[in-house]
Amino acid sequence: MSKRIEVRDLDVYYGKFHAVNQVNLTVQPRTVTAFIGPSGCGKSTVLRTLNRMHEVIPGAYCTGQVLLDGTDLYAPGVDPVAVRRIVGMVFQRPNPFPSMSIYDNVASGLKLNGERNKQVLDEAVETALKGANLWKEVKDRLDKAGMGLSGGQQQRLCIARAIAVKPEVLLMDEPCSALDPISTLAVEDLIHELKESYTVVIVTHNMQQAARVSDETAFFNLKAQGEPGHLVEIGPTEQIFHNPTQQATEDYITGRFG
Amino acid sequence: MSNQPEIQSTSRVGDVLFGGAAKIASGGIVLIVLIIGIFLLSNAWQPLLDNSANFFTSTEFRASTKPPRFGVAALLWTTLLTSAVALAIAVPVAIGLALLLTQYVTGRVASAIAFVIDLLAAVPSVIFGLWGIKIFGPAIQPSAHLIENLLGWIPLFGDGQVASPGTVFTASLVLAIMILPIITALTRDVFAQTPRETIEGALALGATRWEVTRLAVLPYGRSGAIAAAMLGLGRALGETIAVMLILSKVARFDVSVFSGGETFASIIARNAPEFDTPYKAGVYISAGLVLFVLTFAVNALARVVAERGKAKS
Ligand SMILES: Nc1ncnc2c1ncn2[C@@H]1O[C@H](COP(=O)(O)OP(=O)(O)OP(=O)(O)O)[C@@H](O)[C@H]1O
Ligand SMILES: [Mg+2]
Repeated sequence: MSKRIEVRDLDVYYGKFHAVNQVNLTVQPRTVTAFIGPSGCGKSTVLRTLNRMHEVIPGAYCTGQVLLDGTDLYAPGVDPVAVRRIVGMVFQRPNPFPSMSIYDNVASGLKLNGERNKQVLDEAVETALKGANLWKEVKDRLDKAGMGLSGGQQQRLCIARAIAVKPEVLLMDEPCSALDPISTLAVEDLIHELKESYTVVIVTHNMQQAARVSDETAFFNLKAQGEPGHLVEIGPTEQIFHNPTQQATEDYITGRFG
Repeated sequence: MSNQPEIQSTSRVGDVLFGGAAKIASGGIVLIVLIIGIFLLSNAWQPLLDNSANFFTSTEFRASTKPPRFGVAALLWTTLLTSAVALAIAVPVAIGLALLLTQYVTGRVASAIAFVIDLLAAVPSVIFGLWGIKIFGPAIQPSAHLIENLLGWIPLFGDGQVASPGTVFTASLVLAIMILPIITALTRDVFAQTPRETIEGALALGATRWEVTRLAVLPYGRSGAIAAAMLGLGRALGETIAVMLILSKVARFDVSVFSGGETFASIIARNAPEFDTPYKAGVYISAGLVLFVLTFAVNALARVVAERGKAKS
């Protein structure tokens, strides 16, 4: 249920704008990899190429390869819709479906996959909500609107929605940036648990968070505004934070950036 | 203590002026509506008392007999039927167009389609009426006959004794075209406001385009679409000149869509020459009063639906 990701010679463009230059990296199964770096360096952009979500932006495209256990996501004939069913994503702002109950939100992905059996759905919803540490808080109001939850609960609902379909990989783009410290802690704990079953890639601006949750850290940078971003280095989080090989990484980590 | 007045007396002249103006304006509007209502009621009062037919159940409408005999049953039926059929046709088409314009086509094609639809809104209703009775109506006669042959055993589609295209059927279709632009424009606006994040949430789950529409766009825009339909209904109920030009008068009321008849608005407009005495005018004003209440209720309902939707999302 978790796969290795290999990114090879990845270049991403928004129309004429070259956003990311030559990214090469590998993400091992059942690990958490954090993407860090200054704003605009292309963290979200690279993350989105891992489930072809960048393609929903008009004009965006990429070159290179993204291999999921050896299968190229960009090979001809690969359906982006199918890719997104095995590579799930959680966004910066919680985005439960409007006027849909908590239950229906979590079940929505399964229903897209054609699951209609009530018992199967019930079980999957419960498992996903438990997996997202939300079950206890909502088990008595599954039929209430997902929008009626607090921000932190909504984000965990979105995580439940993403893991309900049992994806191979879970991508998270600053999942805690709209949350209070307590909800953030809840989500971080959750990421620790998710690692046991999923490959997780998380973008974060919070250094402590990267240090707390990730096994590997990738540092992205950009030379100047308007220049494409690039991957500076990737390595075990411990090493990136305490003994980086690149000066730019050290500057960024120690706050001597810019 | 001495500081308190200072805190309270920050300059809010603009706020006060604006607030006052807004209150006066909205109060004024309520007052105007009330005055119209009272005007209608006071004029219709005497004829209503003298009426020798049942105002609510009679299908007759005679202002010149003494005492007058008039009821709104037939008018109410024809008005509601034309509007309901128009709405039943216009709403699905409008929602389809709105989805097309917001989800499936973009850029110049979308603007071009939107322009053509908006153009429809600029056509005067009298032109719609002329076109409906002279060109469109005759053109759809064959389909009308087909439906009549197939479903004629249902009274609603029965033989309406009207040979011309001046039927409720024709009027409904023309009305559908007339209310299409407003419903399309309003639904398109609400669909376009579907938060980007919600759409991406659906996409990230592996939703196809139609599934995105179903998961994100339609639930988000539902109350707005209902409100738009209600506003369209309000227009259809009150549309006068086009309906008047299209509908043939009939000797006897018939529930069929292939019959003619009069709506509240058309009967008043057609009989304007009879308003020579206040008394006869009052008979028609009573019909106007019912239409007034009806459209008012529909609009109020649209507001409520729209507000409820807003509170939820
Ligand atoms: N939809 C888009 N259209 C055009 N350019 C874009 C788009 N999204 C991002 N970019 C550009 O691509 C570059 C990388 O953006 P990206 O969002 O990946 O950065 P980021 O590292 O995630 O930044 P942040 O930390 O602020 O989220 C930026 O220069 C940005 O302006
Ligand atoms: Mg970003």
